Amino acid sequence: MADNPSRAIQTPPSAPFRLAKLLRRVRRWPIIPLLLLSLVVFSGVTAPWIAPENPRKGDLRARMLPPAWLEGGSADHLLGTDHLGRDIFSRIIHGARISLIVAGVTLGLGGTTGVVLGLLAGWYGKWIDEIIMRVVDIALAIPLVLVALVMVVAVGQSFPSELGGQTGLIILVLAGFFWVRFARLIRGEVLQLKTLDYVALAKVAGATTPRILAVHIFPGVINTLIVLATLQVGFVILVESTLSFLGAGVPPPTPAWGSMVAEGRDFLAGAWWIATMPGLAILLTVMSLNLFGDWLRDSLDPRLRQLATN
Amino acid sequence: MQRFLLRRLLLTIVTLWLVSVLIFFMARISGDPTTLLIDDYASASTLEDLKASLGLDKSYPEQYWIFLKNAVRGDFGVSIVQKQPVGSLIIQRLPATLYLGLMAFVFSLAVGIPLGVLSSLKRGSLLDQVGKAIALIGQSAPPFWIGIMLMFFFAVRLGWVAPSGREETSSIILPAITLGWFNVAANLRLMRSAMLDVMDTEYIKLARAKGVSSTAVIWQHALRNALIPPLTFAGITLGGLITGSLVAETVFAWPGLGQLAFLAVRDSDYPLLQGVVIAFAAAYLGTAFLVDVFYAYVDPRIRFA
Repeated sequence: MADNPSRAIQTPPSAPFRLAKLLRRVRRWPIIPLLLLSLVVFSGVTAPWIAPENPRKGDLRARMLPPAWLEGGSADHLLGTDHLGRDIFSRIIHGARISLIVAGVTLGLGGTTGVVLGLLAGWYGKWIDEIIMRVVDIALAIPLVLVALVMVVAVGQSFPSELGGQTGLIILVLAGFFWVRFARLIRGEVLQLKTLDYVALAKVAGATTPRILAVHIFPGVINTLIVLATLQVGFVILVESTLSFLGAGVPPPTPAWGSMVAEGRDFLAGAWWIATMPGLAILLTVMSLNLFGDWLRDSLDPRLRQLATN
Repeated sequence: MQRFLLRRLLLTIVTLWLVSVLIFFMARISGDPTTLLIDDYASASTLEDLKASLGLDKSYPEQYWIFLKNAVRGDFGVSIVQKQPVGSLIIQRLPATLYLGLMAFVFSLAVGIPLGVLSSLKRGSLLDQVGKAIALIGQSAPPFWIGIMLMFFFAVRLGWVAPSGREETSSIILPAITLGWFNVAANLRLMRSAMLDVMDTEYIKLARAKGVSSTAVIWQHALRNALIPPLTFAGITLGGLITGSLVAETVFAWPGLGQLAFLAVRDSDYPLLQGVVIAFAAAYLGTAFLVDVFYAYVDPRIRFA
């Protein structure tokens, strides 16, 4: 390793955020996706205060009203009303809250687990690595939606409400599948990082293993982590909405985007907007996340191109 | 090669076994099916008799062992609600799902590959922009919503095809597009970048220098090599097209395995649910295994990775 004293010692590959580099690219910021995402986050956080109507209570005299810009629409219901007379715009705003909670907690739980296990697998290698990576292989081979569907239908009703009831169960199931994506990627990064001189020097200097992992290795994987997490948020939202659509997601009457599309399916001929609007909300949110994630990846870590195909 | 095969086969079997354990115990927790079969006024002894006849009086590990022994022989028990052997129900429904998966596969290649080639040839052109838009929407739109929008435009508004079911030959079109849409996007992206790489190589420049027409260079010389990444990806996603049929079949009431799974879940018909999910998992894992073996055989780099 340090056999030639004149050779420059390898330093950590990147500071966590590379602020200067980010600012230099400020001209190419993905403005529209960022605006849309801020809107979704804002709606989700402030839903109870900004939504014009109660998302669960309908006015039966105002059933299936078209969006405001169509004939027969009213300014009171911007995106129209559904078959029970509930305001679609308010339901979409509240739906953003549900999607954000599910995606946020899923990635928080799954990401943390994945990072810790990925660090351990990459650092210790041998049998620890072998066990963790075999579990990863198996989890990646199981068809996610199918198993999630069975689990939610099986234990959803009886899942303790202190843990969030059926919604809590969905989060647990999704986190149980999503941690592997983090573990696999972080492990690969650690395998590269641990061969670098600065890590060996930290060891020589007497740093403990937890300290090396936390202070010397972890900052090196933060870029990768941010990019992966951003791209996975969209994917979690898609899976959650699919489960809700199939009737095994966030239970009614809570307005979730996926179940709103399912409810609107039966009224396509007379009131197309009931199914269309929440679907558009999913599409725009996930699309913004993908565009933002692609941009983050190109700015922070162009090596990660392969992440896009997941 | 043998070591790779053995390892891969072992992983497939262990995964399938874990899925069976998971599904078996989950289905047991999901509720007591006897309450669906018997009215509220039945006596306790009638209930006990029914449980004994269904084998529900034995302990869970015992029930699982009997289930596993039978499953290996292809016997998944009798559907509680439909009163038919689960195995034969699955076999009745399987062709419809395979047909749907195959059509979606053909659709995703037939649209994704040519569009990918064309958009790589004229970078920044209108066609390239359209291709990029398709790729982005394909990766961001929920498949069930795409299905419903297709149904709205082509069945409800225009009346070109039936909105659901499988009565007409044209009924396959919308479900196949719904299922294949995501893969169109992926094939397009992969094809485009592979073409850009290949067009930059020496042998293409040589072919051009020799005076080969540009049509022949693109469609004969370049395409052959550029096809490798999208075809690899297509193989990997073949299994996903089978399990993905769950959503497309639910939207369009397509009479395949996905719809059967949905009925089983609704009726809490656990022998049926077990059978269908294991059939799905086996199809998914089996396809993935065969594709992996095929590629390991073709491309030695995979074996040693």
